[in-house]
Amino acid sequence: MTPTTQSASLWERTRTALGRGPGAYVFFGLYAAICTWLLFTNPRTSLRTDIVFVLFLLLVFLIYRSATPLWFRGGLAAALLLVVMPIFGTLNPFYIDVATQAGIFVALALGLNVVVGFAGLLDLGYVAFFAVGAYLWAILSTPQISQINPAWSPVPPIMFYPFVLLGLAIGAVFGILLGLPVLRLRGDYLAIVTLGFGEVIRVLANNLDRPINITNGSQGIREIERPPLILTSFIRDTLGWNLSDSQLYQQFFYFVVLLIVIFTVVVVSRLKNSRIGRAWEAIREDETAAVAQGIPRVRMKLMAFAVGASFAGAMGVVFASKQLFINPPTFDLLRSINILAMVILGGMGSIPGVILGAVIVTLLDLQILPRMATVLRDAQRAGVPIPAAFDPTQYQRLLFGILLVLMMIFRPQGILPDERRSEELHAGDEPPSEEEAPPAARPAAESA
Amino acid sequence: MVLGPVGQMLLFVIGSAIALSLLVTLLALLQIGARPDLLVRTWTILPQVIIDGLVRGFLFASIALGYTMVYGVLEFINFAHGEIFMVGGVVGAAVALLLATSGLLGAVPGLLFVLLIIAMGMLVSGTLAVTVERVAYRPLRGAPRLVPLISAIGVSLVLQDVTRLIMTSTPLGFNARFNTPDFGPPIRLFEMNLGERPVPVIISPKALIFVSAAVVMLVVLNYLVNATRLGKAIRATAQDRSTASLMGINVNQIISLTFLIGGALGGAAGALFGMYVGTVNPYMGFIPGLKAFTAAVLGGIGNITGALVGGIVLGFLEAFVASYLSLFTGGAFSGAAYADIAAFSILILILIFRPSGLLGEATTQKV
Repeated sequence: MTPTTQSASLWERTRTALGRGPGAYVFFGLYAAICTWLLFTNPRTSLRTDIVFVLFLLLVFLIYRSATPLWFRGGLAAALLLVVMPIFGTLNPFYIDVATQAGIFVALALGLNVVVGFAGLLDLGYVAFFAVGAYLWAILSTPQISQINPAWSPVPPIMFYPFVLLGLAIGAVFGILLGLPVLRLRGDYLAIVTLGFGEVIRVLANNLDRPINITNGSQGIREIERPPLILTSFIRDTLGWNLSDSQLYQQFFYFVVLLIVIFTVVVVSRLKNSRIGRAWEAIREDETAAVAQGIPRVRMKLMAFAVGASFAGAMGVVFASKQLFINPPTFDLLRSINILAMVILGGMGSIPGVILGAVIVTLLDLQILPRMATVLRDAQRAGVPIPAAFDPTQYQRLLFGILLVLMMIFRPQGILPDERRSEELHAGDEPPSEEEAPPAARPAAESA
Repeated sequence: MVLGPVGQMLLFVIGSAIALSLLVTLLALLQIGARPDLLVRTWTILPQVIIDGLVRGFLFASIALGYTMVYGVLEFINFAHGEIFMVGGVVGAAVALLLATSGLLGAVPGLLFVLLIIAMGMLVSGTLAVTVERVAYRPLRGAPRLVPLISAIGVSLVLQDVTRLIMTSTPLGFNARFNTPDFGPPIRLFEMNLGERPVPVIISPKALIFVSAAVVMLVVLNYLVNATRLGKAIRATAQDRSTASLMGINVNQIISLTFLIGGALGGAAGALFGMYVGTVNPYMGFIPGLKAFTAAVLGGIGNITGALVGGIVLGFLEAFVASYLSLFTGGAFSGAAYADIAAFSILILILIFRPSGLLGEATTQKV
C-alpha cells in the first residue's frame, strides 16, 4: 500500500522539497538561528517563550525527519541539543526541566511502543516497570535499606551508573515475570490483566511498610541520592560559569536522559528492522500464521515484554534520582494511560511518531495546561464567567480521554503512522460487515 | 433451571458461605497448636464476615451484569461501565441533596426515596450508556479488538472528569456526603457467644435494602433474558449477529438495548451503593468496576448466572481477606489493603488457568 492519506503525501512532498538543493540548508540554518536568538535574548518564562520553545523542539524533530545528508542533520541536531539547549537551560531552569521530562517520556513511550506497537500486546500496567526501577534505586541508595536489615547500608552514589544498567536488567526480569503467565491471553484480556498487575505493584508499594518496612508505604522515599557531579571544576573555574549545584544537576540529568534516549532510539530502530522486529510484526498481524511460519511465539512475546520493560526499568532509576522523592501515586494507572496516549497519538509502531507523541503529550501536560490555567485565571479576573473550580491542570484525565476516543475514531493509526501498522488498522482483522465499517476506514480499505 | 433463579441464587450463597466457613476453620486448626484461642476468635466473627461478603457479592454481581451482557453481545469489554455505576451513585446523591434543600427529605417515606433514586439512577445511567455506545463504540464496530477497548478507556477517563467538573461546580462538591431518610438502627440478628464476651451480629437496614433490590434486579433480568421475545432477540444477537439480522432482528437496536439494560442496572446499583455508604465521588466507580469485571470473568463472561456466581464468590473472598488476613498472620498484614490484591490476583489466575470462567464453556479460537 502506498501512503495514500493526504497528510502523508503532503509530508512526503515537504520532505522531498526540504531535502533537495540549497533551500533546505538555508531554511534549517535560518530557522535554527532565529530560534536560538529568540531563546537567548528573552529567556523569561512566558507565553512567547513557550511558543518559541515548541518551535525549537519542532525544529529538532524536522531535522531528524528531513532528507538532508547525515552530516548536516547530525551536526545541526548536536549543536541544538548539546549547546543551545544547555545554555538556554542555564538562563531559564524551567524549560530544560520540561525537555528532560519529555526525554524521560520519549524513552518510556518507545519502550511501550515495543510491546504495544511492534508486538501488538496492549499493556495497561507499563508504569509498574518504571516503578520497579525507581524503587530499586530509591531503596538501595537511601537509609531505607537499613529498615529492611539494619546490617545493610546504602550503596555509594557513584553506583548510580551500574544501577541504570541493573534497572535495565531488573525491568527485563519483571517483564518476563509478567509475560510468562499472560502469553496465552487474547488482546483485551491481556490489557485487563496487565492493568491488574500494575495496580498490584502500586498497592504493594503502598502497603509494604509492614511487617517489614521495604517501601516506606504511602509516605514514599525522600532524599534519594544523586550521583556525584562531574566536571564541576572545569565548568566553574575553566569556563568561568558560576552555576549552582542544582543547576548543574539539571544539566547533568538532561545529558543523561539525552544519552539514554539516543541509545533507546538506536536500539529500537535496529530491532524494528531485524528478524526479531519482523517476527513481532508477524505475530501482531496474525498469530496463527506466524506460528505456522515457524516463529517461536513464546520467545518472541517474552522478548517484547522484556525489551519494553527494560527501558522503563532504567528510566525509573534515573527518574527516582532526578526527582529525589517518589511515592506510590507517582506510578498510578493514569501514568500508564498517559504513556499509552503518547504511543497512540504518535502512531503505534512508528518510532518518529511515538517520539513526537511523547513530546506533544509532555508539553501539553507540563506547559500548555498550566499556561491555559493562567490565561483562564486572567480571564476570570476580567469578568468572563468561568467556574472558579475549573483548573485545566487538574483535568488531564479529560484531555487524555478525549484524545484516546478521538484518535480511535478518526485516526487509529496515529499522526505519523507506521506503514504496515496503518494497513492493519484500516483493513481490519475481521472483514467489517456492510453498514458497520468505520467511515474513516472506507477509502483506504478500498484502495488497499 | 429446576430450582428457578431464586433457588439457584440461594444455593450459591449457601454454598459459598459453607465453603468460606470450612476454609477458615481449616486455617484456624492449622495454627491451633501455637494459638489455642484462634478457633474461637475465628468463629466469633464468622457470621458477620458472611453478611459482609454477601453485601459485597451482590454489589459486584449487579455491576458485573452490565459487563457480561455487553460482552455476550459484542465480545467487547465496556471499560467505562464502572463509571456508569459511579454516575448512578452521583445521581442518587443529587436527588437526596435536592430533597434535603427543598425540605422534603423528612417527609418522603423511606421506600419511596429508595425507588426514586433507583429510578433516577437507572434513567440517567441507562441513557448515558446508550449515548456512549452510539458516540464512541458504534463507529468502531468491526475494527480490530483493541481499538474499541482503547476508546472505552478514553470514555472512562472523560466520564470521571466531566462528573468531577459537574460535582465541583454544584453544591455536591468533590466528595458528596448526603443524608437519607432514617431507616432505623442496625438490626441485631443474634449474638455470637463462644466463651469470650458476646459479639452481636448486625446488618444495617440499608444493606438489607441493597441486597433485596439486587436480588429483585437479578430475578427480573433473568426473566427478561430467558422468557421474553426481547430476551430471545438478545440471545440470538449474542450467538450470531449476522444470522440474527437475517431473521429480522434489528441488531443495532438490540445492542443499544443491551447497553440500556446494563447501564440501567449499573446505575441502580450505583444509586443503592451511594445510599449504603452515604458518600460518592467521581472516582468511586473504577475499582468496583474492575472487581465486577473480575467477577464476570470468574463466573464466565457473557453468562448472566455466571456474573452472579462470580460476584458472590469474589465478595466472600474479599470479605475473608479483609477480615481474616490480619487475624491469621498475627497482625502482620492489614487485610483491607490486601483485599484489592486478592481480587486482582484472582483475576490474573482465572484468566490464565480457566479463561472461560467457572460456568463458561471452553471455546476454541476460530482461524
